[in-house]
Amino acid sequence: MFAKQGCALNYQFEFGWLAEYYPQIVKGIGITVELIAVGAVAGISLGIFCAWVRALGPAWLKPIVALYVELIRNTPFLIQLFFIFFGLPSLGLQLSELQAANVAMVVNLGAYSCEIIRAGIQATPKGQFEAGASLAMTRFETFRHVVLVPSLQRIWPALSSQVVIVMLGSAVVSQIAAEDLTFAANFIQSRTFRAFEAYIVSTAVYLALAVLLRQVLAIVGGLIFPRRAAR
Amino acid sequence: MIEFTIWDILRNLLLATRWTIVLSAVSFVGGGIVGLGLLFLRISKRKWSRSLAKYYIELFQGTPLLMQLFIAFFGLGLFGIDVPAWLAAGLALILWSAAFLGEIWRGCVEAIAKGQWEASASLGMGRLQQMRYVILPQAMKIAVPPTVGFSVQVIKGTALTSIIGFVELSKAGTVVTNATFQPFTVYGLVALIYFALCCPLSKSSQILERKLNVAHRNH
Repeated sequence: MFAKQGCALNYQFEFGWLAEYYPQIVKGIGITVELIAVGAVAGISLGIFCAWVRALGPAWLKPIVALYVELIRNTPFLIQLFFIFFGLPSLGLQLSELQAANVAMVVNLGAYSCEIIRAGIQATPKGQFEAGASLAMTRFETFRHVVLVPSLQRIWPALSSQVVIVMLGSAVVSQIAAEDLTFAANFIQSRTFRAFEAYIVSTAVYLALAVLLRQVLAIVGGLIFPRRAAR
Repeated sequence: MIEFTIWDILRNLLLATRWTIVLSAVSFVGGGIVGLGLLFLRISKRKWSRSLAKYYIELFQGTPLLMQLFIAFFGLGLFGIDVPAWLAAGLALILWSAAFLGEIWRGCVEAIAKGQWEASASLGMGRLQQMRYVILPQAMKIAVPPTVGFSVQVIKGTALTSIIGFVELSKAGTVVTNATFQPFTVYGLVALIYFALCCPLSKSSQILERKLNVAHRNH
């Protein structure tokens, strides 16, 4: 009834609620940033480990990692989140909303970054391994200095985009009541009935976060990979 | 208290899977059509149309799909339209897929050697003819693996439509969980069904890519 009256021509945009509710939005931004910071660091670390297993690791571990990567890459993040938050307690693993959101993001990014990093490792010429060995480096040292760092440098742009995608995907953690930015938007729209405005504002914030995150990742890339000899 | 067997659960989930498949197909085809339009805008000679397409793509790739769904759901309502969930879901997914497909295809078109454009221009072909007879047939070949790969993203994207109330596989999972109190089994099965839908597509995308690489190396 009331909804019908709100026609495009006479709909009054109303952003007055911002004054009262901006602390919710700021808090939501904080949680979203925390989620992606933990997710990126832990997820990429997990991805590096899995990529090492798939490229050079022990044979018994390879199929397990392959199964993990395929399962995560072929199911929606929302279902992974629900499985971790609602499903795992029946195995005795009870996680809080934020913990579940963190775990889900790490597990998700771990699988995707594994595939990206592996592609970088596979692009390493065989001679690099041999060169490392000829310098009396151990297999691990060769992997760390000769293979991994140049591989990461090669795939850093792809990895950065994946981190941004996971950040945007994190909007769904509001569905298990983790209080991120989307949760704040839902909260505000349920209080003020200004759904459209609340979502427009949070969408704009997400866009700004995405742009910012891309910049941060580019700077981080510049710091980790000091300029190397041109290849 | 009614007892639910695994078969009861699975049957209900599979019935809802139909809607996941229908929505994925509609979004993918619709997104393809809009994406093709975006591609033409993106590689046009006119600057305004290039930047229009660029901003469109940045906007849809830089914001969460969930927010796009919310805005479609609540934003269409502002026009006095009573928006059913399927309409908002379909619209948002089509616009979202279009942004990604347009960008993927642009990469494929740009991968075609400049000489092909020049050669076809020297034959007196117009822009459309060049695209139709020279560029697209070659670009399409490169485009197949990433396009098939993206269809997996579309299927996974449809899961989010459950949040605005469209009843598909994920929503059915929630409903069935609320009835059976077996979240582990139900969400496990939901994940397996998604896996069964997506895995063949991502595998074939990989195989196609490898085949294409081999074909290129032989040149």
